[in-house]
Amino acid sequence: MTRWLFFCLLLALPAWAAVGDPNERLPDPAKEAIAREIGRELRCLVCQNQSIEDSDAQLARDLRRLVRERVAAGEDSAAVIRFVHQRYGDFVLLRPPVTAATMLLWATPILALGGGIAVIMLRRRRALAEAAALSPEEARRLAELDRGAA
Amino acid sequence: MSDITPPKRPRRWMLYAPLGLAAAAGAGFYAMLQGLQDGSYDPRGVPSVLLGKPVPDFSLPALEGVDLPALAAADLRGPLPGPVLVNFWASWCAPCIIEHPQLMRLAREGIAVHGINYKDRVMEAGAFLQRHGNPYRRLGRDEPGRIAIDWGVYGVPETYLLDRQGMIRWRWAGPITADTLEKDLRPLLRRYA
Repeated sequence: MTRWLFFCLLLALPAWAAVGDPNERLPDPAKEAIAREIGRELRCLVCQNQSIEDSDAQLARDLRRLVRERVAAGEDSAAVIRFVHQRYGDFVLLRPPVTAATMLLWATPILALGGGIAVIMLRRRRALAEAAALSPEEARRLAELDRGAA
Repeated sequence: MSDITPPKRPRRWMLYAPLGLAAAAGAGFYAMLQGLQDGSYDPRGVPSVLLGKPVPDFSLPALEGVDLPALAAADLRGPLPGPVLVNFWASWCAPCIIEHPQLMRLAREGIAVHGINYKDRVMEAGAFLQRHGNPYRRLGRDEPGRIAIDWGVYGVPETYLLDRQGMIRWRWAGPITADTLEKDLRPLLRRYA
């Protein structure tokens, strides 16, 4: 039981570690939640592997503030993300859009999975084909066994 | 006998396939390292969305205590008498000090260089220009850094080259070293002169 509780506590840790500067937050919790969701979609261009919600860089802070201002003004998520996207391009989106340039990026998992399945199926088929054919020696022994059993 | 298929010979080339793959990957990495060294490849670089476009609308105040006119988008709309450089800088930015002699040289050669002072204190920005010299014809002050976001700036220094029509032709994120000036900027300045 204690172990179970401890496990739950471990899961909960990141939740309160993510709380940022309270001065930055919007007074309306619903809008703050929207702003946070938007922020998690946007890449910090300074640290690059963090979202602007997670980053402590000056530019990330400015972008967080910008996102909150626009959310507070009543803009929807898509419009806010579009605003930032127009300025920083695809790079700022942690989930890049599917375009000709990013096609390979998106298709890689499918290609890898499809390739793997193809390899497995080819090997299996070949294994079956090989198992079906008996060497002359095996054919002779099998005939012997058959005779013995009869 | 003829109905029994002989056992298949292992395909030899399959053994070399991983080797070939590793060689191809090695060549790729080598090209990347070469690119990193000569600056043609930057994995952290963020391509500018402004290339081929005019500058976004803005109007910035002048820097107090420095006798330079302010900067607004209207100053950067074509037709312009020649190519123009717009340089985002700050006194707290160390690479800006490395870059400064190159900007000074361009200014002496008569190239129009405008500055946008990014997230800086008035006194310190003024002191920086006093110590290192002033290359700018116009200087805007972007203390909150909002105009920089409109330009897609993600660090200082950053420099934009505008052609005579006021279109952005080149963006350099990082200091313009003597090497960058000769190899990248000079050919562009000649092309858009």
